[in-house]
Amino acid sequence: MSRLKPYTAVVSARYRNLLQYRAAAFAGFVTQLFWGSIRLMILAAFYAAAEGPQPMNMVEVVAYVWLGQALLGMLPWNTDADFKEQVTSGAVAYDLLRPLDLYGYWYARTLAFRTATTTLRAVPMVVFAMLLLPAFGLAEWALPVPSVTGLIGFLAAITAAALLSTAITVLAHISMLWTLSGEGVDRILPSFVTILSGMIVPLPLFPDWMQPFLSWQPFRGLCDVPYRIYSGNIPIAEAANEIAFTLAWTLAIVWFGRFLLSRGVRRLVVQGG
Amino acid sequence: MADTIALLGRYFGVSIRAQLQYRASFLLNATGQFVNSGIEFVGLWALFDRFGHLAGWTFAEVAFFYGVVNCTFAIADALTTGFDRFGTHYVKTGDFDRLLLRPRPTALQLAGHEFAVRRVGRLLQGLIVLAWATSALDIPWDAARVALLLVTVAGGIAFFFGLMVLQATLCFWTTESLEIMNVLTYGGVETAQYPLSIYHVAFRRVFTFVVPLACIGYFPVVAVLGVEDPLGTGRVFQALAPLAGVAFLGLSFVAWSIGVRRYTSTGS
Repeated sequence: MSRLKPYTAVVSARYRNLLQYRAAAFAGFVTQLFWGSIRLMILAAFYAAAEGPQPMNMVEVVAYVWLGQALLGMLPWNTDADFKEQVTSGAVAYDLLRPLDLYGYWYARTLAFRTATTTLRAVPMVVFAMLLLPAFGLAEWALPVPSVTGLIGFLAAITAAALLSTAITVLAHISMLWTLSGEGVDRILPSFVTILSGMIVPLPLFPDWMQPFLSWQPFRGLCDVPYRIYSGNIPIAEAANEIAFTLAWTLAIVWFGRFLLSRGVRRLVVQGG
Repeated sequence: MADTIALLGRYFGVSIRAQLQYRASFLLNATGQFVNSGIEFVGLWALFDRFGHLAGWTFAEVAFFYGVVNCTFAIADALTTGFDRFGTHYVKTGDFDRLLLRPRPTALQLAGHEFAVRRVGRLLQGLIVLAWATSALDIPWDAARVALLLVTVAGGIAFFFGLMVLQATLCFWTTESLEIMNVLTYGGVETAQYPLSIYHVAFRRVFTFVVPLACIGYFPVVAVLGVEDPLGTGRVFQALAPLAGVAFLGLSFVAWSIGVRRYTSTGS
């Protein structure tokens, strides 16, 4: 256990740092609430005129949208500004001196960055969508209470999603060793992540001919898998397979990240005196 | 007046030349804007592919709403960087003092802060969607329709400009730029991409009477499309609605001048 200690210490220090921003979290909550409402009204209007059975029913869609809004911050859609600063200032060189595995150290830092603010934002969102909406008489728009198996499967899948999301973000961080600015990744990453994870439109609602492609790409492990396990749209019997799918992609991306990092460090030139 | 416009032209000229010095950054930003708003449209397409129509609205009609609001916002967004960064760049640093000393309106100087050429990405994407929707819809373009569309876009620019002025005005009290206004700007664009009639009645009221988003999107666009409004408004109201955007901008400037009077410098 003691070998893990430096990494857990990094995670907890970053957590305490990031949890300071409460006003930003409140603004985020209001924004997500608005966004979720708009998306739900749009999807409900489409569903109202739907002919025949759809790949998801409206209750499953409601769960998908609210979970997406609650866990938005966990998507690998941006990079850590502190890290960017380190790369441009050259302070990243200190990281090379630490008696730690560099990839492991960056992964631990990024895991905290990805999940700390999300925890702060997800809790009020879930409380609001699950408990307060029914109290306002808006039960049909409320985040449904999951079954016990659905909840267990969801918790496992969302953990895998956090690991995958972190691996993708670390990859974006490593790419800055070449691009320095990180501007490119920050502009292009959100588009791919939001559409391919299911944030913009739940993946099962895309045309049937696209489904084979959509079901194999890694980004669906971020939203589509956990949210559908939550609502039971993916039966619990298949959940283990789906989570294994997410973890397999995570391992592949971690391996690729390690490979890139070893190349990047070899050619790294630190500027300044 | 001519002097004001000439000055604004000078500001924009300098700003555009400065931005084009960083060609790679500009291209990256513009492409990013193009792709990001294009992705939204892919989502719209996917839903129409599955469901066929949205409460009676066709894909091309919704695409028209989408195109109008994205073009409008892209232009307004390009003009308001100064207001967007007002908190961090001017209030926190005390730099607003310098603007107050110059014999020109502060709002004019802030508009001249930057003309954000990178917004051309969203504008281009909106124009492409608009062009496609127009060809698919077979709208009988006459002088009245063209004029109304231009008035709509102008009213929309005034409206979004007003929102940014309000966002900046809040900084006189809070110092920090507030992320929360994004609900009305980006959230407003998201909302106006779809016809107002599909939303809950409470949302419809807010976006008509409090924040007149529907007056610079939905209502006049219904008249341009030449369809009946399921909400039952008449053509005269629809044609006059964009004026609400101008009125909104006027009220924002009133709020702005109250804020300016309240301003105390933070600089040393």
